[in-house]
Amino acid sequence: MAAYILKRIIAMFPLLLGITLISFVVIRLAPGEPVEAMTAMSPKITAETRQRMREFYGLDKPLHVQYVTWLKKIATLDFGRSFAPDNRPVTSKIKERIPVTLSLNIIALILEFGLAIPIGVFAATHRDTLYDKGITIFVFLGFAVPTFWLSLLLMYLFGVKLGWLPISGLHSLGSDSLSPVAWVVDLVKHLILPVSVATFGSLAGLSRYMRSNMLEVIRQDYITTARAKGLTERAVIYRHALRNALLPVITLLGFSLPGLIGGSVIFETIFAIPGMGQLFYQGVMARDYPLVMGILVIGAFLTLVGNLLADVCYALADPRIRHGRG
Amino acid sequence: MGIRESWFFEVFWKRFRGNRFAVAGGIVVLILFAVSFLSPYLTPWDPDAIDAYHVLLPPSADHWFGTDELGRDVFTRVVYGARISLKVGFVSVGIAVVIGTVLGLVSGFYGGFIDTVIMRFVDIMLCFPTFFLILAVIAMLEPSIWYIMAIIGLTGWMGVARLVRAEVLSLRERDFVLAARALGASDARIIFRHILPNALSPVLVSATLGVAGAILTESALSFLGIGVQPPTPSWGNILTSGKDYIEFGWWLSLFPGLAILVTVLAYNLLGEGIRDALDPRLNR
Repeated sequence: MAAYILKRIIAMFPLLLGITLISFVVIRLAPGEPVEAMTAMSPKITAETRQRMREFYGLDKPLHVQYVTWLKKIATLDFGRSFAPDNRPVTSKIKERIPVTLSLNIIALILEFGLAIPIGVFAATHRDTLYDKGITIFVFLGFAVPTFWLSLLLMYLFGVKLGWLPISGLHSLGSDSLSPVAWVVDLVKHLILPVSVATFGSLAGLSRYMRSNMLEVIRQDYITTARAKGLTERAVIYRHALRNALLPVITLLGFSLPGLIGGSVIFETIFAIPGMGQLFYQGVMARDYPLVMGILVIGAFLTLVGNLLADVCYALADPRIRHGRG
Repeated sequence: MGIRESWFFEVFWKRFRGNRFAVAGGIVVLILFAVSFLSPYLTPWDPDAIDAYHVLLPPSADHWFGTDELGRDVFTRVVYGARISLKVGFVSVGIAVVIGTVLGLVSGFYGGFIDTVIMRFVDIMLCFPTFFLILAVIAMLEPSIWYIMAIIGLTGWMGVARLVRAEVLSLRERDFVLAARALGASDARIIFRHILPNALSPVLVSATLGVAGAILTESALSFLGIGVQPPTPSWGNILTSGKDYIEFGWWLSLFPGLAILVTVLAYNLLGEGIRDALDPRLNR
């Protein structure tokens, strides 16, 4: 097992290098440069000043030199300083956004799995009933609904029309003066819409996945055996089938790791939530190279780690793989 | 060969026809094509005609979907928006399919070092959160629908490459390929004449589903203001007004979103229908 993990970790390095190279090339080959973007609003800045700014940020050097310099720095987890006027280190900007996105997404993830697993299992055990068909329709709708549109409709219904829920940000104005209980209530109210949208977005896929896993497992011989030896349907489904059908879900959990921290540009922008997605969007709009490249690299790195974790957990959970070739 | 092929399509068509959802999806897709080509004849209004006296009117007999903040007819703009969606869907998926198919073919056929390099490249590309990558590139470029289509295509070929490669790996050793090789056929001939046609059916499924994905991505980008630029109507950018005027006109948000929903749903149902009809070991 340890050898397997070590092998996987070593295999990650070339991929990491590729990730940094692509992030760098993609961002730097695009036309438009940050100094122009920064100075476009101030006509007084001379060409000479612009040149000095370029030198200051190292933008005057050849691309490959810039890449190597940048790579050396990120090897020590230094993603440079943001081009934004505050000029703070990228890592500290990212750090302050992570808690928001992370907590919001963890709540959504728990809800997702908590809802999708029973929905999928029930649909599989009640195959071809009206309920199953209803679920199928719901799943297809879930795939097709644009998240931002759903957000808009919910904002209109609950925010504008009914006035039950706030539609933007995480706190009301003046929430600092509220009592701790009222402050939490305020926060929860702000979170209901974004969390529902985030949950709904992946609920469809997950419940469908769960349903087909379950159908796959129910067809296996050991389920027939379990039924044949006279176990109750409950025991067959929950003790024998469900455990096996849950195995592939581990992989999905691993895959959701990058999303947990990466967040969603769209709903964070719509609901004005100060998370990673919003930070990235702002960075992109301001051509803040270090920030954009930093988030891209971190996001891709987390995907790698997530995949690794998923495979390792899967191997731990499934003895067939653990004792197999892996 | 001729007999086998017609038999294949007959079975396919019979299975496909039996799936009501898939047929419905197919019909909606056909209707969307018709709407895109006939848009000027479907509505008396001009999509860009500003009318300061009829701003933000609710739906009525004149304006079925109401009017927007500039007095433009929303129904007309939604109808014209179908053109953008169709274009984006097909061009970007076309790009993705071509890149994915070529790389998948080369990777699977030649194997060895080339295969390793291409597949590691696929792995790397798959690590990136796609929407973040698209956003980063699009925002750096001049806004243009061609860039959008190109970027969606360039970030969406990996699945196709893997599919095609897997098909090629299993086809490569089949008797008909060995026979072609024995007869002295060139690599190119074997790849394009013998392997490619047999590897295309999974690509068709993934392309159909890909159109749905591309339409969703474009609408999200346009919604964020970095996709299709106004005044050109796209479902996404109409929704931007919907958001800005959410307190004054629900119709601005409702109808373009419904259009996206119906379109994406139709392509998904069609794609799944094709998959089920092609695959005898169906799951449902």
